This record gives sequence, structure tokens and C-alpha cells, in this order.
Amino acid sequence: MDIKKETIASLHDKLVNKDVTAEELANDAINKINANEKKLNTFITVNDKAPEAAKKIDEDGIKGPLSGIPIAFKDNIVTNGIKTTAASKILYNFMPVYSATVLERLEAAGAVDIGKTNLDEFAMGSSTETSYFDTTVNPWDLSRVPGGSSGGSAAAVAAGEVVAALGTDTGGSIRQPAAFNGIFGIKPTYGRVSRWGVIAFASSLDQVGVLSKRVEDSATVLSVMAGHDEHDSTSSEKPVPDYRANLSKDMTGVRIAVPKEFWHEGTHPEVLENVNKALDAYKKMGATVDEVSLPSLKHAVEVYYVLASSEASSNLQRYDGVRYGFRAKDVKNIKDLFVKSRSEGFGDEVKRRIMLGTFALSAGAYDAYFKKAAEVRTLFINEMNDVLKDYDLIMGPSTTTPAFKIGEKVDDPLAMYMNDILTIPANLAGLPAASVPAGLADGLPVGLQIIGRPFDEQSVFNAAYALQEENKFYEKIPTALKGED
Amino acid sequence: MISKDEILHVAALANLKFEDSEVDSFVSQLDKIVNMESKLSSVDTTGVEPTYNMGDTNTVFREDKGIRTQTREQMLENVPETDNNLIKVPTIVDKEDDE
Amino acid sequence: MNFETTIGLEVHVELKTKSKMYSPSPVAYGAESNINTNVIDFGFPGTLPTVNKNGYRLGVMVALALNAEIEHHTHFDRKNYFYPDNPKAYQITQQDKPLGHDGYIEIEVDGKKKKIGVEELHVEEDAGKNTHGNNGYSYVDLNRQGTPLIEIVSKPDMHSPEEAYQYLENLRKIVQFTGASDVKMEEGSMRVDTNISIRPVGSKDYGTKVELKNLNSFNHVKLGLAYEEQRQAAILKQGGHIGQETRRFDEKTGETFLMRVKSGADDYRYFPEPDLPDFEISPEWVSEIKANLPETAAKRRVRYINELGIPEYDAGVLTYTKEMSDFFDEAVSYKANPKLVSNWLMGEVNGYLNDKRIGLLDTKLTPEHLAKMINLISNGTISSKIAKKVFQETISNGTEPEEWVKSKGLVQESDPAVLKPMILEILDNNQQSIDDFKNGKDRAVGFLIGQIMKQTHGQANPKVANKLLMEELKSR
Repeated sequence: MDIKKETIASLHDKLVNKDVTAEELANDAINKINANEKKLNTFITVNDKAPEAAKKIDEDGIKGPLSGIPIAFKDNIVTNGIKTTAASKILYNFMPVYSATVLERLEAAGAVDIGKTNLDEFAMGSSTETSYFDTTVNPWDLSRVPGGSSGGSAAAVAAGEVVAALGTDTGGSIRQPAAFNGIFGIKPTYGRVSRWGVIAFASSLDQVGVLSKRVEDSATVLSVMAGHDEHDSTSSEKPVPDYRANLSKDMTGVRIAVPKEFWHEGTHPEVLENVNKALDAYKKMGATVDEVSLPSLKHAVEVYYVLASSEASSNLQRYDGVRYGFRAKDVKNIKDLFVKSRSEGFGDEVKRRIMLGTFALSAGAYDAYFKKAAEVRTLFINEMNDVLKDYDLIMGPSTTTPAFKIGEKVDDPLAMYMNDILTIPANLAGLPAASVPAGLADGLPVGLQIIGRPFDEQSVFNAAYALQEENKFYEKIPTALKGED
Repeated sequence: MISKDEILHVAALANLKFEDSEVDSFVSQLDKIVNMESKLSSVDTTGVEPTYNMGDTNTVFREDKGIRTQTREQMLENVPETDNNLIKVPTIVDKEDDE
Repeated sequence: MNFETTIGLEVHVELKTKSKMYSPSPVAYGAESNINTNVIDFGFPGTLPTVNKNGYRLGVMVALALNAEIEHHTHFDRKNYFYPDNPKAYQITQQDKPLGHDGYIEIEVDGKKKKIGVEELHVEEDAGKNTHGNNGYSYVDLNRQGTPLIEIVSKPDMHSPEEAYQYLENLRKIVQFTGASDVKMEEGSMRVDTNISIRPVGSKDYGTKVELKNLNSFNHVKLGLAYEEQRQAAILKQGGHIGQETRRFDEKTGETFLMRVKSGADDYRYFPEPDLPDFEISPEWVSEIKANLPETAAKRRVRYINELGIPEYDAGVLTYTKEMSDFFDEAVSYKANPKLVSNWLMGEVNGYLNDKRIGLLDTKLTPEHLAKMINLISNGTISSKIAKKVFQETISNGTEPEEWVKSKGLVQESDPAVLKPMILEILDNNQQSIDDFKNGKDRAVGFLIGQIMKQTHGQANPKVANKLLMEELKSR
């Protein structure tokens, strides 16, 4: 079976009609992953027990829409009894004894955890190149990055290994790889999904989301995993709609704002061309498109790197070699153990962020960096919400360029950070945001970014669905995989 | 301009150590990033309240019930070295805070 | 040169909750190593804190009992530092907006009353416990990790070791009577850090602060501070200067020793905890907590004196600990004579506790049993002499007094119909004693009572027996 042509709904029908069993689907997925693995390196750990779990679901009978559907989890989502590493040497052997709420909810709905996908170490990166377990490769061009940090999840979906995968998004880590891989990816509103069991990068920015080829599949998955969780005091108590059932491609009267600052000077012309084409399509569907201004956007990267690094520096202090994970050898005393375990266990990018954050929180720098950034964040949130008073959605490109070459930016952290400028705003303001394929530039996918009002994921899904039904991008097959199957 | 001494002080706070050969390139990289971040100082934030946490919740309390969610065996599973159900670590030199 | 002493105290008190401050693990003193831990207490990746409502409530109780203002808009902060007993390498505390502020504790030294300011109070989590082997290893137990604490920071308002001692005594008593904590230094549920500096009288600036550690009782606090006052004065008199340092009190010698010199301020990189939302502590909740504050020691003392007729000194002893005071109140609630209950608690019970070196709650004595025993004495069922036997039995074995007295046949004999024939017989056999009595020798009465007691195995009611004997003697 070619998963690339399937949706959760079509697989569900086949399972119900017994054209296929859940066990077969799980085995198919594992075979597919194994066949691709040398080329793409999308997974860190494949769940060998998946077929067994799937068999149990076959025996108990297929129930809800996710029953028996294989789903991949980014390897910073904690899974009881399955190694969870955050792609770091410091957790290379970490075996969780509890599971993330998102995983528990999806498994309770019958989804089969097929394994753990590759990412940038602790989700810090935009290319999956900082993973301790080697970089993942873009299925559209094997010399290019899949984006990051949810690069493994995005490439696994694009390559047809799974219909849907979970990712996390702190500054664009779902939307940017979704754009680079020609698939849909959504970061929900901050607080929409529980962070319990999600290995923290930056607590006030992290949010779990979904990547899938088709908008409707992410809608199905998000409805199941979203909602209040008593383990996460920042998770919202607002009821969760059935996004899939409410999906509509009617764009009549929808007011779209396009911030002129999103038309960044460094943005690739073909990216802009594709985005403009998408905006024209929305106009034809009856939507209005107006240019607006977000003057504080020019400071978004600064705010983001101060706040995300500060929180990360504190969140990552627990990796000290004492209770789990990597413990350095040949140490004289406890201090030596801390320093050696951390210095040998973390990669360069993670160390850089820890250093930046520790600096920003330190006695002399706190007011000028951490506090200042938190104040500018407030200004920025206000600007975004002001625009959303008059508009239903904010749109623009997801990224400034299509997927870049492996190794191209790895030695230039600042260039890598600037890459996040278009995705960071939604994280700073906690807004729901998605990337939906808009077309190809030089044969590489380009994503349209759609940002919605707080807790209005439905409008984001609807707009993405309308464009998907218009351009049918999901029919395209990643270049590097052509000739397979 | 962020100095090498400052970087070393921050590294000590973070319990990280850099090889002599990598310190200089690290200093220049961090300096560039910190410079970029310093542009924030140009923004007027007079009277603006900082945003430190997100979400739409407020005052979320847990009821006081003692529950064991893991067994001790589970908790000790990942510990690199144990002794008599204790976590064994190399000697703590600076013992002043132990009570 | 004369010096003035300035003392500030930071007191940590464990709050009495069922679960930890930010995790649902049970809280228990002296449990098996690492048994009361979960993924949150171990700082596992992906875990998040949740705030214990009762822990916060008890914190507000303590703040109110110390006359503090309650902060209505608050949040939690992270205090970052690496240590093996601090699993997240940050402690969740309240740095920016502490739970309460600007309270005070009243003390009395040399007959003078004085208010010592409480700068602020905040809730936070306790660390685990490290032990040290002499084999090059240390060992970590995380049972205590996350136990709710309230830290009470005084203003630098104390000027002598005695004032510090009184502050601690009163703080202990006030907090203990709220029921928010056991406040026992020996069990670590109360811990004291002290800062002391001295300066020449009249000087505007404070002297250099020295921190004292390893103070395991209020007495050690007093001794350590007194030693420091003299040590620092001696240095200043010789023209030396005081180093900013942490010193350790040695209980054997009563001296303090340098532990480490402080190199500038520690950089804990405090920042607001992003895993928790802001908290609004409503005035309604605070009023409710205030309205339900348990009776203070001072109020109980006045009640014992005025309503129960207990002497002032005794009322003071009864209200020294909440344990004793609660025991007393409960025993009285079983309709036992308050004065007798007080006498027994201060006499026999305290004697027993001192003898065995244990606490009141470590014995099997219950307020109900003590009350029953006292009522048996009051209604004449048993004699005071028998009562001592009953007491030993009930405090050692938890035996119910009424049943035991009956089953052992220890009930006092007060029935004249039983005693009279016995007395007649004794008199018939002791003509000499009757003669002695007639000749004015009162000793004879004692002998005859002794004979009655002997025949009744000590169970004759002495009053009744005496009355019957005298009547009969006079008639002969």
C-alpha cells in the first residue's frame, strides 16, 4: 500500500472493511522506515513492539478514527519503556518510566506509536543537523536539510513512512520543516496541548503539534490530543472542537492580513511568488487581503533568542549526570561530574544556547536582556492581537528560502537564527499557526504560513484546507523518492 | 563587547567547560549573538509590563493528596550508580549546605 | 569602644501537608530511602510542577499568625544552582512577590516588650538529603525533595543573642499553634540561618555580616551568636576587620569556625517560573483562612486561667507546646476536672516523659483514658494510690482504665455495710488501741486505719473508713 496516497480516514475505512489489518499497517510502516533509513535517517528509535500493539487493536476491534493508525513521535516526547533521547548524547540511554499526555491520549484512541523521530538536539536548531544521531535528509533533495527541529517527523511524513507525526514548535520547529518537506504542519495555541512529558526547551514558547500530508489528518489528531491536563498548569480548560468535522473550505468574507514586514528583504523571490499566488487564490475564493504593519517584528529574533535561551539554560540544568542519562567517567568529585557530564554530553549548539541564556539571566545582564526582552515581547503580543482584532488570519511565507544545503549554515549560528524570523512571531504571541504547501521554487517546496487568533485553530485549518483543495499539492511526490514504489 | 573572562564566568555558572582551542571561536560567536540581542535596548518599553509566562490559565492549584505514581524501582532504573536504594555520586567536597 | 549587635534570622519551617509542594508524592518523615519520590521529584525530562493548595493555605496561615500582609498578585520564581540534592538544579520559590510581608513577632526581654519585624515569608520546596561516605562517594536520598517549606525572613531588628532566642521561641510557639507545622528542630522541620554583624555605637553603616551554620537548637543559636559578638568585637578592637564569611558553630567547644569566605554575591539567576501561571490570592480566601485560624497559645493561656481556674504558671506550662495544650483540651472535653488534668499532666505525665526521654505523642496515653482515670478518682471509685497503678498501666499499654479497674478488682470500698462489720471486728481484737485513743494517743487511729487497709487490700475508701471508725471509737 502507498501511504502517500492515503489519509487517516481512508486507512480507517480499509481497517473497518478488513482490507488491511492494523498489524499489517504497522509492519508496512516499519519496513518502509527501514528501507529509507540509510538514505533519510528519519528515526532515532523504531518501536519494535508496534506490530504487537497493533495486533491487540485488531483483536479488540477497530473503533475511533485513529484506531490502528501508525503515528510517529518526535524523540523529545517521553514514551514509557521506549528510549527517549531528545537527540542528545546526554540522554542517549534514557528510558522513561512515564509517558507524555499527548502519547497517552493518542494511544488511548488506538493510535500505534511507530517510533521516535530525529530532531535537532533538544529541538535547538532549524536543520536537524545538531542531532547526536546524525542529520536527517530532505526527501525532495538528498543534499538538503529537512529543516528543524522536527525534521525527522516532517521527512517521515513526506516520504510516506507515516500519515502523521507529532512535532514540537518553539520558534518554528513544526512549520519550517513542514514547509521544507511540502507537507502541512500546525503549532496550536500555547496552552491548547499539554506539555507534560514533552522535554522542555523553552517553557513559555514550546507547544506540541502535528505534521501530516493532508490538513484533515492533522485536524483529526489535534482534536484527540488537545485539551486541559491536570499535569500542566498552563494547559487551557477551553473545550476542544472536532476540527475534522468542522472543516470548511469556504473562504467567503474571511479577512486576511499580510504584514509588510513578512516581505523580508532576504526572502527568496520564488518563495514570494508562490505566496502571492496563494493569496490571489484566497481572493478568488472571496477572502479580502490587506497589507498591515508589525513594527516590532524587526526585534522578534532578538526577543526570541534571549527568552528561549534563558528558559533553556534553566530547563537543561537538570542534566547533571546524577539521576539518569550520560555520566562522565574519571571524575574526582561531584563538581567534576557536573562539568564533565555536561561538557561531554551536550553538543555545541546546545552549549551556545545555555551560555546565552545563563548570560542573559546573570546578575549584571538580567535587566538589559531578560527583562527587556520580556517587555518587548509584551509590545509584540499587543501588536499581533491588535491586527487580529480587525482580521481573522495573518498570512505570509513560512520561511525566507526553501530548504538549504546540508552544512551551509551550520558554522554561522547567527544566519541560522535569522532563518526563524517568520515563524518566531506566533510563538512569542502564543498564537496558532500552520504551514501549508503553496508550490515549488526550483523544485523545492514552499510553505504559506497561516496565523490565527488564540484558540481559533479551526480558522487556520479551514484556510489551509481551502488552499490544499485548490492546489492539490499532496499529489506531488518528493523528487528524490521518484521511481520508488 | 563580551570579554573572555565574562564567558568563562558564565561557563562556570552553567557548569560547562570549554577547551582552550574552542574558547576564542566561542567568544566571537557569542559576542555576535549578544550584539544582535543588544539591539533591544533601542526599544522604548517605559511602562510596559514584561510577559514571563503564557497561556490563559491563572491560579491553578492541586488538591493535597499524597499519591505514589512510580515505584522506587522505577525511579532508580535510570540512575547510573545506586547503593542501598540511594543515588551514589562522587564525593561532595563542598558540604556546607547539607543538613 | 562599645559595639552594637545586629542580628537577622532566616527560618525555614516544613509545612504539614500530605503531598509535596509541587508534586503529588506523599510527605513522610523518616521513610525508607527514595520511597516517596516520583518523576517530578527526580527532575525527569518533561515533568512539570503543580502547586499544592493546602501548602499555600498553611503558608498564608503562618503569615497571618505573624501579623503579615498577604500578597494578592503573585507568581513563582526559579532559583538556579547545581547540587546533587537539587534535582532540577533550580528550586521553585517566591523571590519577586513573596506570599506575605511586613509582619512582626512580639518578644519580651528583661521585662521589656519589643516587636521584631518579619520582612517577608514565602513558600518553596525543600531539597533532598546528602550523606557522605569516607570512601570517596556521597549518597543522595530524594524523599525530602519537594517538601513544602515556608521561609520566614526577619528584619535585622535583634540586638542581642537573647532577643534572637526569644524571637525563635515565640516564632516556634506561634507557628506550632496554627497547626501548620510541627516546628521541631530535632526532626529538621525547623531550620535556622543567622546573620550577625557588629558596629561601633553611633555608626551609621552596618558592620560586615557573618553567617552562622550548624545551629541545631535555640540554645546553640544563642551560644553561637554570643561567641560571635565577642569574637568580632575583639577583632575590631585590635583594628582588624571582619571578613564576609560563613562560620560553623561547634557544639562541643561553643566556638565558631570559618567554613568559607564569600566571594561576592551568589548568582542564583532568579526568574519567573514559566511552567506555572500567575496566582491571584483572593481576599475572600484570605479572610476565610483568617477566620479559621486556630486559637493561639496566648489565648489558650488566658482561657485556662480565666475559664478553667488554672494557676498562671501552670497555664504557661500547658501552653508551651501545642501537643500538651491539645491533650489538655481534649481531656477536659471528656468532663474531667481541669485542675486535676493539669496536675496530672504537669506531675505524673511529665515525670514519666522525662524519665523515658520521650514525647507525649510517643506514649500510649490518650486524653480520653487520662480523663476517665481522673473521673474514677473524682467519683471515689479508686483511691489516689490505686490511680498511680492505673496510670502506669494505661500509659504503658494503652489500657482502658474503667475496664481494667473492674477486672483487677481495684474499685475502692465505700459501702458502710461492708466496712462497719470489719471495723467492729478490728476494734474487738484491739482493746489496747481503744484504750490508747481514750488516753489521747492519736497514733492509735493511724494504726487502726492501717488494719482496715490491710484487710481490704488498700481498697477501703479512707474518708468513709475514717468516719466510721471515729463514730465507733467515740461510742465505746
